[in-house]
Amino acid sequence: MKVDILTFGIAREICGGRLIQIDVEAGTDTDGLRLLLAERYPALSGLAQLNIAVNSEYVTEPVTLHPGDEIAIIPPVSGG
Amino acid sequence: MTLDIQIFDTPLDLAYCVRSVSDAGSGGIQVFIGNVRNQTAGKTVLRLEYEAYHSMALREMEKIANEAGRRWDITGVVVHHRTGILSAGETAVIVAVGAAHRHAAIDACRYIIDTLKATVPIWKKEVFEDGAVWVSAFP
Repeated sequence: MKVDILTFGIAREICGGRLIQIDVEAGTDTDGLRLLLAERYPALSGLAQLNIAVNSEYVTEPVTLHPGDEIAIIPPVSGG
Repeated sequence: MTLDIQIFDTPLDLAYCVRSVSDAGSGGIQVFIGNVRNQTAGKTVLRLEYEAYHSMALREMEKIANEAGRRWDITGVVVHHRTGILSAGETAVIVAVGAAHRHAAIDACRYIIDTLKATVPIWKKEVFEDGAVWVSAFP
């Protein structure tokens, strides 16, 4: 299945767009997604931290991806 | 407790923020104003470019404000954050907290801005004369 991934800040620049699409096998979880992202965008590995959010919540334990989930990769935040 | 959490791409209104937490029960109001510095490590900053994951940033800021409400006896919280292009001296964030007594307002305000900076999905890029960096991006 294809999943849409929102990217922001430096991750958006590395990935080359606000919205990227990745083909994942059914049952892939957020850890699997991390591996696919690292393969496709090696520069992401150089960041101080890379969090994943599913449906606007930070993922702390691996979560299985479902069609229609809003998935975002969150590079180190720097608000304020 | 009243909550007013917003993200703007236009200048923030300090007077509005203070009014918003100024009810009759608020004997103390603490305000934090985060402005754009004109330099970082001796280099002149031309501008900052802010972007936000709006829906999640609003939710995270709301969570932080609610947590502050659990920890301290406060009457109202305002968090207004900017996005877009900001020049030196412009205000990027305002946190205002009202409480019956000053210590709760001061401590809650500090907690809110410190936690916001650590967890809310908002990013800034510092633009210098000779390049630009995403703040905190690299180890």
